[in-house]
Order: sequence, then C-alpha cells, then structure tokens
Amino acid sequence: MFSNLLIYFVVIPLLMLAGFAICKNIRQVRTVAVAGSILLVGLSVWVLCDYLALRAAGNMEEMLFRGDWTWFAPLNIKLSVGVDGVSIAMLILSSIIVFAGSFASWKIDDARHFFMWLILLSTGVYGFFICIDLFTMFMFYEVALIPMYLLIGVWGTGRKEYSAMKLTLMLMGGSAFLMLSLIGIYYHSAPEGQALTWNIIDIARNVEETQCISKGWQYFLFPMCFVGFGVLGAMFPFHTWSPDGHACAPTAVSMLHAGVLMKLGGYGCFRVAMYLMPQAANDLAWIFLILTGISVVYGAFSACVQTDLKYINAYSSVSHCGMVLFAILMINTTALTGAIMQMLSHGLMTALFFALIGMIYGRTHTRDIRLMGGLMKILPFLGVGYVIAGMASLGLPGLSGFVAEMTIFVGSFEHTDMFHRVFTIVACCSIVITAVYILRTVGKLLFGPVLDPHHAELTDASWWERLSTITLILSVAAIGCFPNFFESLIRFTFSPEIFRAIGLN
Amino acid sequence: MDYSQFLAMKQEIALLVVFLLVFLYDTFMPRKALGATSAVTSVLFLLFTVWSFIWGGTADSVEAFAGMYVTSPVCALIKNILNVGVLIVLVQATSWVNSDSQLVRRGEYYELLLVTLFGMYLMISARHFLLFLIGLESASLPLAAMVAFDKHRYESHEAAVKYLLTAVFSSAIFMMGLSFVYGLSGSLYFEDIAMQLGSQGDAMLIIALAFVVSGIGFKLSLVPFHLWTADVYQGAPTPVTSYLSVISKGAAAFAFLIILVQAFGQFYSQVWEWMLYALIIATITIGNLFAIRQRNMKRFLAFSSISQAGYIMLGVVGCNEMGLAAMMYYILVYIFSNLAAFGVIGAIENKTGMVEMTDYNGLSKTNPWLSFSMTLAMFSLAGIPPFAGFFSKFFIFTSAINQGSIAIYVLVLIALINTIISLYYYLLVVKAMYISPEEPRIATFRSTCSERASLWVTVLGIILLGIVSYFYDTIFNTVALSDIFGFIA
Repeated sequence: MFSNLLIYFVVIPLLMLAGFAICKNIRQVRTVAVAGSILLVGLSVWVLCDYLALRAAGNMEEMLFRGDWTWFAPLNIKLSVGVDGVSIAMLILSSIIVFAGSFASWKIDDARHFFMWLILLSTGVYGFFICIDLFTMFMFYEVALIPMYLLIGVWGTGRKEYSAMKLTLMLMGGSAFLMLSLIGIYYHSAPEGQALTWNIIDIARNVEETQCISKGWQYFLFPMCFVGFGVLGAMFPFHTWSPDGHACAPTAVSMLHAGVLMKLGGYGCFRVAMYLMPQAANDLAWIFLILTGISVVYGAFSACVQTDLKYINAYSSVSHCGMVLFAILMINTTALTGAIMQMLSHGLMTALFFALIGMIYGRTHTRDIRLMGGLMKILPFLGVGYVIAGMASLGLPGLSGFVAEMTIFVGSFEHTDMFHRVFTIVACCSIVITAVYILRTVGKLLFGPVLDPHHAELTDASWWERLSTITLILSVAAIGCFPNFFESLIRFTFSPEIFRAIGLN
Repeated sequence: MDYSQFLAMKQEIALLVVFLLVFLYDTFMPRKALGATSAVTSVLFLLFTVWSFIWGGTADSVEAFAGMYVTSPVCALIKNILNVGVLIVLVQATSWVNSDSQLVRRGEYYELLLVTLFGMYLMISARHFLLFLIGLESASLPLAAMVAFDKHRYESHEAAVKYLLTAVFSSAIFMMGLSFVYGLSGSLYFEDIAMQLGSQGDAMLIIALAFVVSGIGFKLSLVPFHLWTADVYQGAPTPVTSYLSVISKGAAAFAFLIILVQAFGQFYSQVWEWMLYALIIATITIGNLFAIRQRNMKRFLAFSSISQAGYIMLGVVGCNEMGLAAMMYYILVYIFSNLAAFGVIGAIENKTGMVEMTDYNGLSKTNPWLSFSMTLAMFSLAGIPPFAGFFSKFFIFTSAINQGSIAIYVLVLIALINTIISLYYYLLVVKAMYISPEEPRIATFRSTCSERASLWVTVLGIILLGIVSYFYDTIFNTVALSDIFGFIA
C-alpha cells in the first residue's frame, strides 16, 4: 500500500495531525505546519514530474499511479487511487495554498487547534483529489466540509456563528443530494448480473459499453449529483453560504476555502456528474447553463456594490466559480480546458486576495473600503500585491485570469446555436463588470488621500507575509506566462470516454 | 423432557449465573465488602462478555423447546453487541451508584439491569410469541423500577409511572394483536403463522399487524408511540437513561425485524412496507423537529434517539441480508456514539448537577477532553466522516435503496434531508462548548477513573468502528450465512 506515491497525500497530513497533538508550544506547531506543507509541495511536484515522465514514455492509461485496496468487501467498496492531469493540477494548487495558508496564519490564536482543524480539512481535500472511488471520494468530501464549522465559528470575525452554521448546513444539504445520487449510481454501475462497483473508471466504461445507467435514471440522478457538487461550486440559487462564510472566516480558511474547497465542486461536477452520466449532461446542460450564467453576472454585479473587502471578493468568487461550471457545461475540449485553467487561476488569485485582505485587516482593523485610502504609500508591498491580484482577476494578459477566460470563451463560442451564443456573450460581459469593481476597490483602497491618520503609522508586510504573497504571485504569473505547459498537462484527460459516449469531438 | 435442550441457551444461562453471583454477593457479603459491588459486577460481566464472544456462539442455527427458542450465529452476535454496550453502561454507572444517595441500593441497580438484559435475550431468540411476550415483559417492567431509582427526586417517580403505564398499555395492545393473529392462523409460532396465513392479506390481518407493530413501536419509541420518551429520559437517572436509549432499543429493533420477516414476511409489499414507510418518515422528522427546541441535554438526546430509531428502521425496509447487517452495524455504532454522549453528560451531572445546554457554554476552555469526546459523539450521531456514524448511515441508506423503487429513493431523500436538520441541533451542542462567548459555568474538574475509562473506550470505538472494516465485514458475513430471509426469497 505504501509503495504508492499518492497515499502520502493523505499520510503526510495525518502525520501532521499526530505531530500537532504532541506539540507543546507555538514554535513547534509552526515547525510541523511548515515542514508538512513543504513536504506536500515537494510531493506534488514529484508526482507531476513522474506523471510527465510516464506520459512521455508513452503510457496512455487514463489514470496513472493506480492503486486498489479492498476496504468493505461486502459492498465492494475499495480505496482506489489514481490521478490524471486534472487531478495533478488540483493537487499542486492545494499544496501551494496550504503552504501559503500556513504562513498567512503565523500569528493566529490557539495555533495548535487551528492547524489541527485546518490540516484535517486539507486531508479531505487531498483525499478527494486522489480517489477514483465514489465512496471514498464522498467520504473525503465530507471530511473537508465539517472542520469549516469550527474554523469559522471559533477563529472567525463578525457574525461568525450565523455564517458558520449557514455554510455547514447548506454544504451538507448539497451532500445529502449527492449521497443519494452516488448510491443510485452504484446500483446502476454494472449491467444486470455483474458485480456492482464504485470505481469511476469502471462505471464510465460500463456506461459507455452497455448503457447500464439508462437514460431515465440519468435524468433522475444527474441533476441531484450536479446540484450536490454545484452547491460547493456556488451555483446561483445555492451560493448564499459563500459571501457570509468567506467574510467571517479567518484568513487561511478563506484562502483554502475559496482557493481549493470551491474547486471540489467544479471537479466533482466534471469527474462524477458529467463523466458518468454523459447523456443527461448533454441533454440537461441548458438548465444549469442558465443558472451558472446567472451566477457569473449576478456575482459580478453584487461585488460592485459591496463595501466590505471580503464580501467583494466572495461575490467575485461566485462569479468566477460560476464561470468554471459554465465552461464545464459547454462540453467541448477547449471550454473544459479553460474550466480547469480557471479553477487553477481562480484558486491562486483568490487565495492571494484573501491573504492580502487578511494582512490589511490585521493592520487597519477594518475591511470597509470607505474608511481606508491611500494605503499604497503606507503599505507598498501589500498594495502592489493587491494590484497584481486585481489585474489577474480582471484578466490582464501575462497573468492567469486572461488565459483561463480566453480559453473558456473561445471554447463556448464553438457552439454555433443561438442559445449558447447568447449566454457566452452575457458571460463575457462579466469581464467588464469585474474590471469595474476591481478598479473601484483598488482606487479607493490604495490611492487617493489617507483617510485615517492612524493608518500612517502602519508597518508593511513581515517576512512570513511576504513569503506567502510572493509564492502566490509567482504561481499566478507562472500560469499566465506558460499556459502551454498547463494546457498540455490538462488536455490529455479530455480525449477519451466522455466525448465518445455522447458522440462529440 | 430432554433437559439437554437447555444447553442451547448457554448465553442466557451464563447471564443468569452472573446475575445470581451478583445477587448473592450483594445479599450475603459483609457490609465492608459491598463497596466493591460495582467492581465485582463489572469484572464478572466483562468475563461473561469475553466468554460469550469466544464460546457463546453456535456454528449453526439450533432450536430448543419445540422451536420456541432459536439461537444462531446472528442471534449470538447481536447479543454480544448488546453485551459490549451493557459493559460500557456498567462502567459508566460506577460513580453514580457509589454516590452517597444510592449507597444502600447499589446492588439492586445491577440486578434489575441484568434481569432486563435477560428479557432482551429472550426477545431476540424467541420464535414463538409467548416466549417473546415473556421477554418483552421482563425487559420492560424492571426498567420501570430502574427509572424510579432516584426515589427522592420527584421527576424520577413521575417518569417511572409514565413508563409503567405506557408499557403496560402497549403490552395490552400487543396482546390484543396477538389474539387476532392467533384467531387467523391458529398458532403463535412465527413459522406456522407465516404458513397458515397464506399470502392473502385481509382487513383483519392489517388490524392485527397494526396492533403488533404498535406494541413494539412503544419499545422502540417510534412516532406516534414516542410520547413517553422525553419525560422518562429526563426523569430517569442518567445511567438508566443511557441503558434505555441504546440497549433496549437495539434489542427491540432486532426483534422487530425478526417478527416482521419471519411471521409476516410474505405481506411485505402488501401490508407493512407502507406502514413502515409512514412510521419511519414520522419518526425521523418529528424526532428531529422536536430535538431542535430542547434545552435539557437528556431531553435533547431523547428526541435525537427517537430519530435515530427511525434510521435503524431503514434497515428493515430493505428486507434482506444487507439491511439486517446494516441495521446491526448501525446499532453497534449507535451504542458507542450515544454512550459517549451520555458518558459526558453523566460525568458532568455527577460533579455539578448541571444538565442544561446553556451550562455547557465554554466547556472547551475548562474541560477540553470532555468537550472533545462530546464533539466526536455529536459528529458520529450526525453522520460526519471519518467517524463511525458516517459509515453506519451510509450503509443503512445503501441497503435501503437496494430495494430499488422510486418510493424508496424518496424515503431515503427525506431521511437524508433530516440528517441535515439533525446536524443543526448536534452542532448547537458543539457551538455551546466551543464557540459561545460566555464565561464557562462548569469549573475544571477531573472525572473519575471509571468515567474516563468508559469515555476512552467509546471515543476509540467512534474512531475505529468505521475506518476499520473488520467490524462491518464480520457482521455482514455472519448475517449472510443465516436463513432469516429464507421465506421471502
């Protein structure tokens, strides 16, 4: 079992948890957190290199680093792991954000317990991305959700009890639908007379070859599955947990949640809902396209009128994550590639935003943009970081946002019918609105006169804050400057089954 | 008469031996030695549990007394599961039993408890309604005495009277149902009933079944037979409440399944499937909705245990081996989770006398380990991974959906939405302990050895029962060998 590289994505966080349990003081806690997150970054880079080497050597299997270990034999539940380009991209994203998040919460109260819950959350995230088995995926998915309640409730600010409860209940509500649809998929996972399976690859093959999930069942299970994951992806009517939750969460939690956790939604929609039920995905995509189209525009407009820095970003996340689901629903290679790029881009850029907002809030003790101004002169490092994040968000070429959005819109414009065209244009408009709220915030916050005389004495970023920020800025720039590398990593995933099954491409 | 038949009842006889030893010890030992009653009982019961795990089972199904009594690997397993629960209850009760107010009667708690356990054994193994009734009564009536154990507290008497009256009333209804069944089939053997009734249900049968179901529904506190639960749970001493909420519920759930399947199996889709759907939906939903408003921890757990009984019943809906296995696993996990919660409540009540939810505000600052155990218990009850409750919920839903109709999807969806409601109120407890900004009301204290031991065991159980697949696999494999569902297939 331990000869498989992927298992260590779960083993390292578990060891970190054990480490925190015996830590005596904050120095030890920091040591464990930093050592662990560096190991995780190293591990994900290692997996990436191995993966590229295997692919270069001509290994054309869908998933590499496969491992199967029986867990609950009577129900044929296995712990199956395996990764393709998309999962590796997600693993790298998670590692970078966990790394940056550890530094961003350098001075947190009661660090030991904070990090325990944070690392438990990241265990869930890593587990979700490496598993290709519906049961274990779902288990890790829920493991990632519940620590949020305590993280926001105990370490948060503002209306934290309300937000924590709302977030937890809405996400778990989504996962209730999800659980039902996953069990439904299990009972249709193989043709009559063959052993049922939870393994995604096997189910996808069975669906393609024997149509074991009939069209009627797909129509029944797909919406539940998509909505279940869509709640975490902040799809329109179910997005309301996101602004409150992000606004009240402590910095590192906002980073991890907006950066990684919301990607679980998009990844799940793609990997489970669309992959296993392609016919229903093709036929019902229009319903969800309308909803995600609303997310994209509505989120952007809402961000324009917010005055709290975190709310601005939370609504912009709704808009950008809506874009991810929007692109996934376009069901063609270009748009899907764009969706994954957007996940990476949004994850890094939002994490950068939330990190900077946390640092600014830690100094000014307010997040209201009406009460701040001229911070660029006082806090040049944070100011420049914020401008870079903003530029990435509104799609400046050379940073990650441009590449992602460009790919998405090119992909969705490949559809020639009126419906898709109209929605593509509507979604495109959000770019303009994004520019409005980003420039408005940057202008008010960073430039102009210093509004509060107390702000003049603030000090700029300390070394751990700089480290966290620079890591994220470099990653954002890397995607922007070398999109080709990431594109080739991702694209291979989209060649086989899902399209064959619905006769596309 | 062939007296060797008694050998089939080795678990019951061993339990009686334990009971007699405790009784003799309590009656004849000098006053000085009585201080060790709790320890002696716990050790004896521990030995009995271990013995029962290793030598108590049978390789295959054994009948005794003309088929009235049956023991099989499955029956032995469910009895063993209950034994583990009882052992934890006994350890948890130690410090309460040895408190000043209970000193004079401490032996009686154990004796009454063991007698009710004997009754539950009979309920599990009975294949004839007469024996079942004896089991049911001897499991219910001594419990009334246990509920009234705190005889200086008014609530305790009130609870006992309520319990006694409803127990007797429901037994009467149950017997009424039995007389109808006897009239229809001319027999009280489960097998004979199934054979004589044929496959044609009529109005009389529906009435008879409704009476029988409501009789057992009372033991399980299914809605609408749940009205006694909250008052009794609140009024009874905590070690009795915890016994009532897990052990007696587990035994009744198993017996319920056996009766429905073996005596009325062929009317599954005609009659009791829909009855069961209605009961489950009502039980889960009403239990949950009422739990939200409770501020007393014991009342709160009373309503939570009502809704948990609804989930346990989902195992019956599947009506196959998978359902039975999922149900037994659910009972096992539920025993550990609920006893962890009651362990914390009992420890705090013994020390400070506080049982309100607001008393728990800020508990994490003064007693981090107690609040940690409570949090795990709440998460497990709510079905959050990686704790055992998640696995048991997932398996019981999976087993129910195995049946395959759209109606069952709707039923499971309702149950799933209810888990969200239940998560809300379980999180209220976590919120009180960890998030509430108020000053802690409970000072730091050190709980007694026995309380800590029981909490360790339950917390370990919550963590390991799910992740380690051995437990579920063992239960499933045992159930798969049984022929309980032979009639239906």
